[in-house]
Amino acid sequence: MPESAVGTEKDREITFAQAVREALAEEMRRDSTVCIMGEDVAEAGTPFKVLSGLLEEFGKDRVIDTPISEAGFTGLAVGAAMTGMRPVVDIMFGDFITLTMDQMVNQAAKVHYMSGGKWKVPMVMRTTLGATRRSAAQHSQSLHAWFCHVPGLKVILPSTPYDAKGLLKAAIRDDNPVVFFEDKMMYKMKGNVPAGDYTVPLGLADIKRTGEDISLIATSSMVQVALGAATMLEEIGISAEVVDPRTMWPLDEKTLIESAKKTSRAIILDEGYERYGVTAELASVIATGAFYDLDAPVKRMGAMHVPIPFSPPLEDVTVPTEQTVFEAARKMCGK
Amino acid sequence: MIPSNDNPMTTATETKSSQDVALYLRMYRQMVAIRQFEAQVNDLYTRALMPGLAHLYIGEEAIAVGICEALERSDYITSTHRGHGHCLAKGASPNLMFAELLGKRAGYCKGKGGSMHIADPATGNLGANAIVCGSAGIATGAAFTAKHLKNNRVAVCFFGEGALGQGVLYEVMNLAQLFKLPVIYVCENNSYSEYTHFLETTAGEILLRATAFGLDAEDVDGQDVRAVHTTAKRLIDRARKGDGPGFILCNTYRYHGHHVGDINREYYRSKQEEHSWKTERDPILNLGKWLIEQKLADAPALELVGNELEAEMKKAVEFAVASPYPDVSEVNEDVYA
Ligand SMILES: Cc1ncc(C[n+]2csc(CCOP(=O)(O)OP(=O)(O)O)c2C)c(N)n1
Repeated sequence: MPESAVGTEKDREITFAQAVREALAEEMRRDSTVCIMGEDVAEAGTPFKVLSGLLEEFGKDRVIDTPISEAGFTGLAVGAAMTGMRPVVDIMFGDFITLTMDQMVNQAAKVHYMSGGKWKVPMVMRTTLGATRRSAAQHSQSLHAWFCHVPGLKVILPSTPYDAKGLLKAAIRDDNPVVFFEDKMMYKMKGNVPAGDYTVPLGLADIKRTGEDISLIATSSMVQVALGAATMLEEIGISAEVVDPRTMWPLDEKTLIESAKKTSRAIILDEGYERYGVTAELASVIATGAFYDLDAPVKRMGAMHVPIPFSPPLEDVTVPTEQTVFEAARKMCGK
Repeated sequence: MIPSNDNPMTTATETKSSQDVALYLRMYRQMVAIRQFEAQVNDLYTRALMPGLAHLYIGEEAIAVGICEALERSDYITSTHRGHGHCLAKGASPNLMFAELLGKRAGYCKGKGGSMHIADPATGNLGANAIVCGSAGIATGAAFTAKHLKNNRVAVCFFGEGALGQGVLYEVMNLAQLFKLPVIYVCENNSYSEYTHFLETTAGEILLRATAFGLDAEDVDGQDVRAVHTTAKRLIDRARKGDGPGFILCNTYRYHGHHVGDINREYYRSKQEEHSWKTERDPILNLGKWLIEQKLADAPALELVGNELEAEMKKAVEFAVASPYPDVSEVNEDVYA
């Protein structure tokens, strides 16, 4: 069963996983065309137990276990979305989005435009990202940049339980195909989440911490890393601002540029591959928009250009950490 | 795994050739080796010595063993996330496997692959795969090479019944039949894909999916290593001669959870069901009983096999625990050839 409110709204803390579940449950209660499908989503409630309890409330017709047929059920969701449903598909590991690519890229993303705006595809794909779970190369990738590259798709990267709930509700109500990436390491993280209905609009960045000397523009898993690094930086007298774009597309360019203009330095952090990825796009936005105010070239930090290795000492160096971000920021600030 | 010479053999009955007897005893030993290996894996997990998770093959040993015994060392296999049994049956060394499972430099993949990605050219192992049905194309491609280079090799593609959900399987079976490729698709139906029963995800008859493409398809009791071996031998010999691909549906059961962390399973299958498979249909117990009945082995000899292999696996674990991690600088190596 979905969590009920404990205490007042303000001090109600739930986990990221609970926030996702609550968003789905509230939207399913509100709109009977919303359904969920994916592998082991029903009785098992996903291997991460994100969806536990939804089957009991909404039944097998709306919480649907599928075969291991990512291309098939994603395609089915596209067709269902075009004809009156609001499906939410669950792709257990972000690595498996590769199997859905034709359905998402050539079908879902194109239908509205190719039909001259006549057909709509109001569907959501929920999936995961993130390394450091010792799951090796096929279960650890952060491939969200692939979808960011495709016009017609919207891409969301929540970093807190509050954002997860509000953004997922907004995604379900959106008339476009939206991909929602959850960091596997974040499911147990707790945060304040109002019990009632609210949405977070797509395309609005959030300043997670204000600062004066440097902007850490961070997405998803990297927001906590940036906040940790900011605390370390404070101890040596550097005031870091942490900005979370929250949605990759639509993108709140204005907030990113304003932050960089104010602090005059920016590091972009994202767990996807650094090459040809999200960090390149965001760095370009800032380099262009804040050019005259920058005291240093924009720096990018993302996953190393290697398949994620299994061995712990190797895996640990493939993604930015509080320590590596701290060092990069300190260097950039000349301390 | 090379079987040891001191076979638990007493006297062979007249009806069985000494070759057959040696095969049965080898298969017994190999199944026990896999079970003992997996017991150590579970132990490493429980003691928090193994990074990540592993998917145990316990209960399904007869399939890997029955099939790999019908292969040559130079033949190819592709394996799955539940792959330790396939790798061992094809000849992998427990030392190097444990080292890989612990992310050590000495491991088969220098620590880069882990439990789900053991690969070893020396034993024809093209690699275990963590994408369900991820290796169906690779196995079919190896058979394509075998045909073109006329090297007389066969490729075996192991997969769980969950892979029947993937469209690529049907694409490659069609290709294999069109090109008459020496590939055998081995479906290990242990009834569950993760936490879902296969009947909830699989329409129609599994075998008909293969016969629809004209593959020579057979189902077999996956708990009976001799039956698996007989079927495998027929289809492998046939494929090797150039008569085209085969499909084997093996009905089996995994005794443990989907992975080592899947402990409370009552919400998707009953303890009673687990119990009856373990006690009535265990491939090792049943082969052991049969060997004794046939007077091909006696109980103490079989017990000795278990003890020997347990000790061997413990030693292999010690080797792996003591070996060093890769140097951090190796993270960038092997990205490109
Ligand atoms: C393409 C893909 N989808 C989903 C998964 C997640 N997953 C890993 S194992 C598994 C179940 C596989 O079941 P089966 O093929 O029957 O093999 P078994 O685990 O029973 O041996 C699933 C869904 C995956 N690894 N790859």
